[in-house]
Amino acid sequence: MQALDILLTASFWVAAIRIASPLIFATMGELICERAGVLNLGIEGVMTVGAFAGWFTVYSGGDLWTGVAVAAVSGALFGLLHALLTVPLGLSQHVVGIGITLLATSLTYFTYRLVLPEVTSPPKIEPFAPLPIPGLSQIPILGEALFSQTPLTYLAFASVAVVAWVLYRTPLGLAMRAAGENPSAVEAQGISVSGIRIGAVMAGSALMAVGGAFLTMSAFNSFFFEMINGRGWICIALVVFGSWRPGKALIGAILFAAFDAYQVRLQQLTGGVVPYQIFLMMPYVLSILALVLVARRATYPRALMIPYQKGER
Amino acid sequence: MNILFGHYVADEGTVEAFGKRLPPGDPGAALKAGIGMVHQHFTLADNMTVLENIALGTQSLWRPRLDRAEARERLVRLADDFGLTIQPDAFVSALTVGERQRVEILKALYRQARVLILDEPTAVLTPAEAEALFRTLKLLVGQGLSIIFISHKLNEVMAVSDRVIVLRGGKIAGERRTAETTRADLAALMVGQEPTLPPIVEVPFGGRVLVLEEVSTGGKSSGAPLDRASLTLKDGEILGLAGVSGNGQAALAALLSGSEPATAGAITLAGEQRAPWSTLEALDLGIGRIPEDRHAVGTIGDMTVAENLILESYRSARFCSRGFLDWDAARKFAEEIIAEYDVKCPSPDARIRLLSGGNMQKLILGRALDPEPRIIVANQPTRGLDVGAVAYVHGRLIEARDRGAAVLLISEDLEEIMALSDRIAVISKGRISSVTKRGQRSMQQLGELMAGHGLEAAA
Repeated sequence: MQALDILLTASFWVAAIRIASPLIFATMGELICERAGVLNLGIEGVMTVGAFAGWFTVYSGGDLWTGVAVAAVSGALFGLLHALLTVPLGLSQHVVGIGITLLATSLTYFTYRLVLPEVTSPPKIEPFAPLPIPGLSQIPILGEALFSQTPLTYLAFASVAVVAWVLYRTPLGLAMRAAGENPSAVEAQGISVSGIRIGAVMAGSALMAVGGAFLTMSAFNSFFFEMINGRGWICIALVVFGSWRPGKALIGAILFAAFDAYQVRLQQLTGGVVPYQIFLMMPYVLSILALVLVARRATYPRALMIPYQKGER
Repeated sequence: MNILFGHYVADEGTVEAFGKRLPPGDPGAALKAGIGMVHQHFTLADNMTVLENIALGTQSLWRPRLDRAEARERLVRLADDFGLTIQPDAFVSALTVGERQRVEILKALYRQARVLILDEPTAVLTPAEAEALFRTLKLLVGQGLSIIFISHKLNEVMAVSDRVIVLRGGKIAGERRTAETTRADLAALMVGQEPTLPPIVEVPFGGRVLVLEEVSTGGKSSGAPLDRASLTLKDGEILGLAGVSGNGQAALAALLSGSEPATAGAITLAGEQRAPWSTLEALDLGIGRIPEDRHAVGTIGDMTVAENLILESYRSARFCSRGFLDWDAARKFAEEIIAEYDVKCPSPDARIRLLSGGNMQKLILGRALDPEPRIIVANQPTRGLDVGAVAYVHGRLIEARDRGAAVLLISEDLEEIMALSDRIAVISKGRISSVTKRGQRSMQQLGELMAGHGLEAAA
């Protein structure tokens, strides 16, 4: 019974939403890229870059929001590199993506060592403080979970709404979805497929980087190695889980985060009888199960991972 | 037409529309100038609705909101005006081919196209859908649009057009008013002047080596299946089979090379009636194959010249002993073929992908002809080759015939058929016409048969 009581505590849901926030950003970023037809496996590296860039901006005396902006811009730059290699040059999206992840991660660690040669324990910054929303935050459990978070969490939820709006309600979103389905439809209507795809990868990478920055600026308050810890890869699975739809992907991110928060609490509950690795494994096992159940019937963007060359049939 | 619409950039020359020069390689500019195009392969996104497909690119990308109401209103009005019924909110994936084409036409009209280019629009349509399309086109012309209707089907061209331009080999072969021309006249323009024939060397044919009687296939190959096709192939002849691609040639070639079974009919090989053979048996029976697609079927691009050359014979004692391949023998064989067939390639170890089409085809010829097969199935053996390579392939086929082989030459190119064949038949919609000696039918008559006219009468 104690195991189920956890689900009714506010602190559990607060943690779940906090864990979900970086996943939401990065999942939306990946979703934009894939909707336009580009698989972005650079996500893990771009998140590392964002985490470092945001943290370092604040550490060197910058404003918190400036940090977010710097993270987004650095992410977009790596996105531009990814896009140039995969879109106009049409290189393998798998290879480029993994290359970007390795490059971005290593470059970040290298830079960290260059600017902070002396430190042994990672220096802390003053992170985003929780910003309870008057009124709404008074609602029991729900209020605490959703409306007593930091501004970056609110931004994460806002990003879902914006991505959904852009994809389904604007001419730009129409062009993006078409570029991922049948690029020749886009070109035949006089729009540049390359332009759409490069833009999507840059915007998506910016979102991923902000997701990374969430970790240093709203969760752990400092930057350390390996801190992304596979979150990027989870987001790629979440996009599939969400059948490339922002709303479903959001639910997936929250579910995964809830599993994660739950396993930490279960570990404390069983008090070491069960090896803790079993609990660590749980969210991943459950995501694989969820993928098997949900995503087998998913219709993926037809032109995903297929480079488009103008005039080629 | 892809240049006109800006998909390709012209090497030379310029395009002018309504008195203005179009920038090359810019479909957007072509659309703005009032040129609309209905591609043979539709450019629609299946995951979106009809309305979304049509609205794509018509509103500024930076608008914060897609104006569906306005787009829907315009679309419904257009559809009404032209009698093109369509459901704006249906997903394209749920539409039939005819409906999708309607969406493509509406897409162009929505953009206020004044010139509409249709690329082989009837290729994918049922006859009834094609009829409906013709009615629509007449209506559009009545409203003042100009239409470029690209087709190789003469009856359609005669039915729908006011003026005809015939293209051959990238050049304009002629221009006619439809009212003042005949189908035969156009057919002659399409295939060119009757070429001067090389003197017919009367070779006495041997016996019948292969007889197909009323053979049908199940449609596993691309294009039409064979439909009660009959054909007799004799030793020491080249039998030319003319026809527009997609009319059953692929099925016939697949049947003979053993990759597709017959569903009905009788096959007699060397006087013996027998069931269709497997691909492996085809080789053992002495059937040499020159496949239609030398890149996809004829060769394995990333394997070496030597490896490709022994693909059909690697099991033989010549290249294989006790289950191990004898690479020295393979390389020696490759060097022989390279020398004998005058192939330009750096070495037997070069990857075949890197060779030109002509050299690749010479290697395939060498592979097929070296074991001296009794029957040679040559499907489009010169497609896409330069003049020199074409002459070379022709020479080798004639040589094989003189040695006594039966050559089935399947080709779309009437001139090639007329130049090489001892006897000629025509294939159309899976049916094969009666066989005549070269010169008995004129190019026009063959062209007519190819277009599917009078085949029943002739057969």
